[in-house]
Amino acid sequence: MDALPDHMRPERSFQGFILALQRFWAEQGCVILQPYDMEMGAGTFHPATTLRALGPKPWNAAYVQPSRRPKDGRYGENPNRLQHYYQFQVIMKPSPPNLQELYLKSLAAIGIDSAIHDIRFVEDDWESPTLGAWGLGWECWCDGMEVSQFTYFQQVAGVECAPVAGELTYGLERLAMYVQGVDRVYDLNFNGREGAEKVTYGDVFLQAEQEYSRHNFEYADTTMLFEQFRMAEEACRKYLAAGWREGSNSKEHLMALPAYDQCIKASHVFNLLDARGVISVTERQSYIARVRDLAKACGEAWIHTETGRAV
Amino acid sequence: MPDLLLELFSEEIPARMQAKAADDLRRMVTDKLVAEGLVYEGAKAFATPRRLALTVHGIPARQPDLKTERRGPKIGAPDAAVQGFLKATGLKSLDEAKIQKDAKGDFYIALIEKPGSAAIDVIAEILPVIIRTFPWPKSMRWGARSAKSGSLTWVRPLHAITATFGLETEEPDVVKFSVDGIEAGQTTYGHRFMAPSAISVRRFEDYGAKLKAAKVILDPQARKDIIVEDAKELAFAQGLELVEDQVLVDEVSGLVEWPVVMMGSFEKEFLSIPDEVIRATIRNNQKCFVVRDPKTGKLTNKFVLTANIEAPDGGKTIIAGNERVIRPRLSDAKFFYETDLKTKLEDRLPKFEQIVFHEKLGTQAARIKRIERLAAEIAPLVGADVEKTKRAARLAKADLLTEVVGEFPELQGLMGKYYALAQGEDASVAAASEEHWKPQGPTDRVPSDPVSVAVALADKLDTLVGFWAIDEKPTGSKDPYALRRAALGVIRLILTNESRLQLGTLFSSALTLLLYFSFRPDLGYPQLARRWSPQVEDGKSEWNDARYLALLDSDGFIARHLEEIGMEQMGNPDLGGDDDREAYDARASAYAEFERRLKHLELVAVHFMFEDAPLEPARTKSAVSNARQQLQSEPFAKLGMDRLATDLGAFLADRLKVQLRDQGARHDLVDAVFSLGGQDDLLLVVRRVEALGKFLDSDDGKNLLAGTKRASNILSIEEKKDKRTFDGAPDAALYKLGEEKALAAAIDQVKAEASAAVAKEDFAAAMSAMAKLRPAVDAFFDKVKVNDDDPKVRENRLKLLNEIRAATRAVADFSRIEG
Repeated sequence: MDALPDHMRPERSFQGFILALQRFWAEQGCVILQPYDMEMGAGTFHPATTLRALGPKPWNAAYVQPSRRPKDGRYGENPNRLQHYYQFQVIMKPSPPNLQELYLKSLAAIGIDSAIHDIRFVEDDWESPTLGAWGLGWECWCDGMEVSQFTYFQQVAGVECAPVAGELTYGLERLAMYVQGVDRVYDLNFNGREGAEKVTYGDVFLQAEQEYSRHNFEYADTTMLFEQFRMAEEACRKYLAAGWREGSNSKEHLMALPAYDQCIKASHVFNLLDARGVISVTERQSYIARVRDLAKACGEAWIHTETGRAV
Repeated sequence: MPDLLLELFSEEIPARMQAKAADDLRRMVTDKLVAEGLVYEGAKAFATPRRLALTVHGIPARQPDLKTERRGPKIGAPDAAVQGFLKATGLKSLDEAKIQKDAKGDFYIALIEKPGSAAIDVIAEILPVIIRTFPWPKSMRWGARSAKSGSLTWVRPLHAITATFGLETEEPDVVKFSVDGIEAGQTTYGHRFMAPSAISVRRFEDYGAKLKAAKVILDPQARKDIIVEDAKELAFAQGLELVEDQVLVDEVSGLVEWPVVMMGSFEKEFLSIPDEVIRATIRNNQKCFVVRDPKTGKLTNKFVLTANIEAPDGGKTIIAGNERVIRPRLSDAKFFYETDLKTKLEDRLPKFEQIVFHEKLGTQAARIKRIERLAAEIAPLVGADVEKTKRAARLAKADLLTEVVGEFPELQGLMGKYYALAQGEDASVAAASEEHWKPQGPTDRVPSDPVSVAVALADKLDTLVGFWAIDEKPTGSKDPYALRRAALGVIRLILTNESRLQLGTLFSSALTLLLYFSFRPDLGYPQLARRWSPQVEDGKSEWNDARYLALLDSDGFIARHLEEIGMEQMGNPDLGGDDDREAYDARASAYAEFERRLKHLELVAVHFMFEDAPLEPARTKSAVSNARQQLQSEPFAKLGMDRLATDLGAFLADRLKVQLRDQGARHDLVDAVFSLGGQDDLLLVVRRVEALGKFLDSDDGKNLLAGTKRASNILSIEEKKDKRTFDGAPDAALYKLGEEKALAAAIDQVKAEASAAVAKEDFAAAMSAMAKLRPAVDAFFDKVKVNDDDPKVRENRLKLLNEIRAATRAVADFSRIEG
C-alpha cells in the first residue's frame, strides 16, 4: 500500500481503521457497500448477507453496518457496552479455501501482527433464531479477547446454503480500542488528529448513547411499537403475496427485497419491545418465531428472484 | 510388518470434540481392518486443534486368502438352476464342483477361493468411507463443492490428507485415494504461525519428529503435561500454588498446538470478590488458571495463561493483552457482586412469582412455598430446628436471581451462602443455600447438617412428586428433569445420615402441597366444573389433565363417565323428552359425583388459608398434615395418593437396587424385601437386606432357603393341579406324624419370635429365629409324604407348607431370592 498520512493509520484513528479494512477487502475482490439504511441488530441482517448468501451465484462483499442492540445500552457509563456500535462485515460465497489466511492478513492490515499476538480460533457455533439461520465457525481471539466472528453459513432464512458462504464479523470499536490502546470506547480517537483537532468516539456518540438508553429502557412508545410490529408483519406478508408471478417455466418473485425490509423492521421493533421489558418469557418465543417465519418466507421468495435463483 | 500413518488436516477442531474424534478414528479404522482380515499389532490416535492423526503398526501386507463353500442345486436339477449356480460362483462347468450327500440327496458344492488383496488396496478402499461417515457431533459443508449435494462434510473445512503405508526399512507408499477432491499424499503443515510451510512425511516416527520441529506437539497428553508442569513452576517460582483444574487443562490443550505458559496479574482490589467468582470469571471467559497463596489458601492477583506461540518479545504483548481483557471482566464481576449485596435475599422472593418453574407445576414462588412446608415436616424427623429449616428453605433458591449467578450459573448455591452470611443469617441457614442442591451425583458429597438435609430432601421429594403427578416420568434414556439423580439424592441423603423417614407419608404431603399451591385453579377446584356459556365461552374440560385425574380418576370413575361429564358441562341440549329420562339421570348423577370430588379436593384450601392463624388447642398439627389427612378421608383421594406413593416408591426401590448393586449387594435381596410391600423406610430396607445377606451366607440360611423353595415349588404345582390355593390355618387334628406336629410348633414359635424381633427392628435376631425353622423343615421333607392318599390329610399338609412360606415373610419374600 502507498504511504498513509499518520492520522489515517489504523492504529491512530477509528476512521482510518475502517478504511484500512475496506481497502484490504476491496483488494480481495469484494464489493464495498455502504451501510443498509435501516435499523438492525447485526450486520448479518443486511440483505447483502442474509439474502445474497442464498442461491448459487458467487458474491463477495464487505461493508460497515451500524448495529442496534437496545438492551445493551448503559447510558454511556460502561467503558465498552453500547446500544449502537459498528460491525464490519465480510461475506464470500462460495467460501474461499484460504478464508482463514485472508482473515489473518486483514488483521495484519489493521496493525495486528500474528507473530507477537496470540490469535486463536475458538469454537463458536452461530445460530440466529430470528433469521432461521445457523453456521459453524469460531470466535477469533486476540490475546484472550474476542475480536471477530467467523462463520460458515449452512442455512439462512430456512434455506440450505449451496454453496456455503463464509462470513466474517469484526467488532470495530473493540478492535480499534485494542489497536489504539485505550480502555474506554469513548476515548477512541475518531479522526486521528491531536490537540484541538482531535475528535473522539465520545464526541461523536456519547450523547447518543445517553439519549437512546433513556429511550430504549424508559420511554420508547410501546403502544406504537406493538402496532409497528403488527404492521410490519402484515406489510411483509402482503408484499410477499403480491410479488409471486408465474414465470415462463417456473414461479418467480418480484418483490423479495421490499418484503425483507419489513422483516428487518419487525425484528428491530421486537428488540426495542424486549428492552422495554414488556415481552414475557413465553411471548418472547412466539415473537421470535413470528420474525423467523417472515425471514423464511422472504428467503423462499429471494431464491425465486433473478439474483437469487439458480441459473 | 508394514505400518499405516494417517493424518486429517483441517481448520480448527473444537477442543471438546478432539479426544473423542481421535478415539473414533482409531476404533473405526482398526475395526474395519480386522473385519477385512487384517489383524494389526497396535494403534494409537492423536488430536491437535488442526489435525487428527492415527498410527497403526504391524498390519500384514496382504489379506489372507479366503476359501468358501457354496451350496448349489441338487444333482439333476433343471438347467436354469445349474446355469444360475455356475454364474454366481464363477465355475466354468459342473466338473469343477464337488458333490456332497445329505439327508435330502446329492448336491453340487462350489469351492470358491478368493485371493487376499494387498493391504494397501484394502486401506485405500476403507479410508474414504470412514472419512465420509465420521461421527462428528456437528459437521458442515464449505467451499465451491458445497453447491452440489453429497459434498463432503467435516467438523470444519478439511484441507489435506496424509496416508502412507509401508515397512520401517523401506520408503513407504502413499495410500492412493481421494475424498471430494482432496488427494491423499504425504504433505502436511506445521504450526499455523510459527512454521506454516509444507512438510513431507514418510511414516509415524519422522512425522512426530518433523511436527515437533515445526512447533506442533502431536500428543495431547504431552501438551497437557507441559501446561501443568510449566504453570506449576511459574507459580512456584513466586512462592505461589497453581489451582489445578483438569477440565480446564483438557480444554486449553485442545486450543494450542504449541503451549506457551505465561503469568499475568490483575489489580489487588479485585481480591475483595469471593475467590470462586474470580476463578469463574478468569476460567470461563479467558480459559486461564488462577493461583493461590499456599499459606492462606486464598487466591492471589495472578493468573496463568496458555498461548499458542513463542513471541519475539517474550510474550509481553500477549500478557498485556490478556490483562487488559481480564480487568474489565473482573470489574464487571465486582460490580455484580457488590450490587447483589445491596439486596436482601428475602426481598428477591416476590420476583419468583413471575418465573415459571414448569408450565404445569407453577411458579418458582409456589415451589419455594411447597419446599418450605415440606422441609418443616421433615425437620423434626432428621433432628433439624424447624424454624431454621423454614428460613433456610425460604432463602435457599433466592440467589438464582442475583447478578453473579446470572453470569455464572455454576456458582448457584455458593453465592446464596455468601449472601446469607453477609446479611447475618445463621450458619446452618446459610449453608443450606449451598448444600440443599447436593448430592448432585453418585460421588458428590452428601450434606450432614440437619437443616441442609431437611431442605435437600424436601427439594428433591417435591421435584419427584411433582413430575410424577403430572405424569412426566423418565422413560428409557430420557430424563429431562434429572429425576433419577433426584431419587439417588434422596436415597443417599437418607442412608448417609441414617434418617428414618416414612416416604409414603412424605409423598402424600408433597402431593397435598402441590394440590394447594400449584394445581388449584385461582377460584378453587369447584371452578373446574363451571358450565359452558356462549357469552364467556368458558368451561373447557380443564379438569381432563393428569394432575387432576391422578386423584379424581383413581378408581376409573372419570374414565367411565368421561362423555357424560363432558356433555353435562357443555349443557348439551339434545336430551329432553321422557325417553331420555334415564340417560339424563345418569348424566346428572355422574356429574354430581364429579362435583362432589372437586369439593372434596377444595377442602385442602381451608387448612392453608388459615395456616398462620393462632393455633387452636385442637389443631396441633401442621396445615399440610391436616390437609393430607382430610384428603385421605375420601377413598378416591386416598387411592390416588397411595397409587402415586407406590409407583414412586417402586422408582426409588429401583434406584436403591442400582445403588446397592454398585456397592456389591445382591439385587434379588432388595427385591425380596421390597416385595413384602409397605417398605417405605429405606434405612430399614437396607438393614434388612444386610441381615438377610448375612443369614443366607450361613448354612442355616442356605438350607432354609432350599426348604422354603421346595415348599413353594410343591405348592405351586399342587395349586395348579387343583386350581385353588391352600391358604388358611392347618387343622391340628389332622396331623398324623410327629414331624408334622413339630413343624407346626416350630412355625408358631418362629413366627412369634421373628415378628417380635422385626417389631424391634432387630433383623439379626429375626434371622436367628428363622434359623430355628430349618431342622423342622428338613425333618418334614425327610419323613413326610405331602401327597397323602387321604385328600384331607394332603390338603392339611399343603396348608402347612403354605405356613412355611408365610412364616418366612416376616423377614423377606424368599420366593424372590435367587439360587
